[in-house]
Amino acid sequence: MLLSCEHIRKTFGAQVVLDDLSLEVDEHQVVALIGASGSGKSTLLRCVNLLTDIDDGTIRLDGEDITDPRADPDLVRRRIGMVFQSYNLFPHMTVLRNITLAPERVHRRAAAETRSQALEWLDRVGLADKADSYPDRLSGGQQQRVAIVRALVNSPRLLLLDEVTSALDPELVGEVLSMIRGLKDEGMTMVLATHEMGFARQVADRVVFLDGGRVLESGPPEQVLGVPTEARTRQFLARIIEAGRL
Amino acid sequence: MVSRNALAALSGAAVLLTALAGCAPADENSPSSGASASASGVACPPGALATRTAGKLTIGTDTPAYEPWFSDNKPANGKGFESAVAYQVAERLGYPAQNVVWTDATFNNAIAPGPKTFDFDINQFSITPERRKAVDFSSPYYLVRQAVISTEGSKIARATTLAELKSAKLGAQVGTTSYQAINELIKPETKPQVFNNNDDAKAALENGQVDGIVVDLPTAFYMTAAELDKGVIVGQLPQVGVPERFGLVLDLDSPLTACVSRAVDQLRQDGTLAVLEKQWLAGTGGAPELS
Amino acid sequence: MAGRHGRGPRTVVSVPFHRPSEIQRGRIAYRRRQTIRSVLLAALSTAVVGVALAVAVTGAPGWERVKQSFFSPEVARRYLPDILEGLWLNIRLLAVCAVLALALGLLIATLRTLRGPVFFPVRALATGYTYTFRGLPLIIVIYLMAFGIPGLRLQGTPGVLVLGGAALIVTYGAYLAEVFRAGIESVHPSQLAAARSLGLTYRQTMRHVVLPQAIRRVAPPLLNDTVALQKDVGLVSLAGPIDAVRAAQIGVAQAANYTPYIVAGVLFVLLALPLIGVTDWVTLRAARRQSAGS
Repeated sequence: MLLSCEHIRKTFGAQVVLDDLSLEVDEHQVVALIGASGSGKSTLLRCVNLLTDIDDGTIRLDGEDITDPRADPDLVRRRIGMVFQSYNLFPHMTVLRNITLAPERVHRRAAAETRSQALEWLDRVGLADKADSYPDRLSGGQQQRVAIVRALVNSPRLLLLDEVTSALDPELVGEVLSMIRGLKDEGMTMVLATHEMGFARQVADRVVFLDGGRVLESGPPEQVLGVPTEARTRQFLARIIEAGRL
Repeated sequence: MVSRNALAALSGAAVLLTALAGCAPADENSPSSGASASASGVACPPGALATRTAGKLTIGTDTPAYEPWFSDNKPANGKGFESAVAYQVAERLGYPAQNVVWTDATFNNAIAPGPKTFDFDINQFSITPERRKAVDFSSPYYLVRQAVISTEGSKIARATTLAELKSAKLGAQVGTTSYQAINELIKPETKPQVFNNNDDAKAALENGQVDGIVVDLPTAFYMTAAELDKGVIVGQLPQVGVPERFGLVLDLDSPLTACVSRAVDQLRQDGTLAVLEKQWLAGTGGAPELS
Repeated sequence: MAGRHGRGPRTVVSVPFHRPSEIQRGRIAYRRRQTIRSVLLAALSTAVVGVALAVAVTGAPGWERVKQSFFSPEVARRYLPDILEGLWLNIRLLAVCAVLALALGLLIATLRTLRGPVFFPVRALATGYTYTFRGLPLIIVIYLMAFGIPGLRLQGTPGVLVLGGAALIVTYGAYLAEVFRAGIESVHPSQLAAARSLGLTYRQTMRHVVLPQAIRRVAPPLLNDTVALQKDVGLVSLAGPIDAVRAAQIGVAQAANYTPYIVAGVLFVLLALPLIGVTDWVTLRAARRQSAGS
């Protein structure tokens, strides 16, 4: 088991965002988190990545308790990659530099090596000609793909994707989704929070529906998205269908 | 963008200039007052001169007002050489002490071109031809010598010639003949330090930031005796050319100049100036001369 | 548009030739006529106003006196060398103090953003410093440092120029620290999240992600403060050294004429122009790159 979240609790002030939430992810598995806004999807991902402290519970990565106060969060985060809804590329660096910064500074790899690896990745996703461009010259879809490459060059054990297509124009969503599909084929372990139910159905091994900070329903996509057992899941999916996203 | 701002600035400047030039100069139309005329031909009704305030004589000086020229920074107390001279002049002009009003005027402003806030100013002003272009001077009331002062143990404390001062770091108050004397007589290798007033110059001397400062002789005596810790007068600077003298400062072409000059002349002729000198500036002779 | 900024390959798009319609040609001709008319009008009105001003100024009754008192060429020529020499002091001081004040400000700002209880005394000191020296008038600081410190007669006290420069650095450093801090805090937290997610330590995040962006964002106010510093360096003259303004003051006193002040003023403006030009250019560049994609 690669990732294990046990009885996570997180509050912001009086608001309980994660309430006794438990989740397990095996290696090479792709788990899709779905749920309404405020159901805790982003917060859960930020907790796993130790960007936010949890109030109770334990998170284990490869068996190791990463929420132990003695654990070094910087070291943990080297093994986890995260991609954000608003890409968060560094605007003052070229695309290439965005990608090579962490391998050079964090993993201390040689500059020539990281550069060639970065160019290889960019070539693979068809963005080799943008290597020396600045992020403001790329479309949203291109920026997001760069952001994914940036997270991948560090060979993380786990990739977290937080609604990575929500900020994109519809015609650009496809290129990002197809890249993620490619990653799954290569065996990347991923947890993705998403509104793209169709995509979740295609790519996810498991779909987890979060409601009120808890896992309300969890299972294979055909089940959770097709014939959900919980009433609230059905309500949620009904609204999604109405919005034309399923 | 820069050129647009430059244009705005130029237009602003042009408007300002127009405003300035548009103001007709004050005395262009008034009859010439012939200030430098002989004193004997001018009437000076006592107590009824063309002063700023009728019946009162306004005298200006700087603040702080230094010893031994004034006392306790209170010009009105009549103590100190210049305070005493001022009251004597006032009396000769027909203004007893209760009709004398003192006002603040900074040293540099008093001798700069422009209208004055006083009838006359007394503040150790040396009479120079350049200053005459901007203000009127009365007859002189004191013969000045410049002196170099230092502190015990400084490298120039025992100097006897100007040549020995060339390598020193000297200082003086800005705009004074003391400062000019450094550049014209001593011509040091390093540029002299310039201070807003003698207090700052004195502080710099005490701190060792300068090796010596130049002030007029009576001030030199007072500073070394009463104000400086281990102060010492190095020597008097040689008098070159026209002897330096203090005069009262009046507004350019002031109607009072002739009368004030006559009063000062009277004080000299009847020996009052000599008496006051003895009283307030005693012991300010006998400093070594630098050659 | 591609390649306009000189980055990336230049893509040439060939557009087939399009002949404008009759209507459009009419519009173009009309606009051209209007443009010519406005240009002529502007030239004419400028000429009229210029001539009117020139006549008004030089024909005014007090002009001769103003000219003599403020714009005397002989006085200007006589004191220009001294003022230039003083200006050289201003320039040297500016170069040193600007660099050190910026460095100090950046350091203080970074210290203030340190988190964690162990750094509390550091943060408190940094905050106290910025509050104190933004409140203290520069003149007081200069007097305290250039007169007060030597008065203590400590071993190895540096000269007044160093002390005066230190006063400027320490006072301006406080202002610059606040500007830097505003810049640092204006960097979106998502940038920090992205950087930390990559495994970058706090220090690496500051150095590679936050500070470069922060500095670019606050370059305009920083340069503005540098232009202000350029003028304040002259206050060192209170302690004795002769800067351009002091040299002008000496000239004014000696010649009983205000022209040296005008000369010094013009030189200061000329000195500031390149700095102001750089400020404008940097502002323009920064506006282009800001908040790209985040």
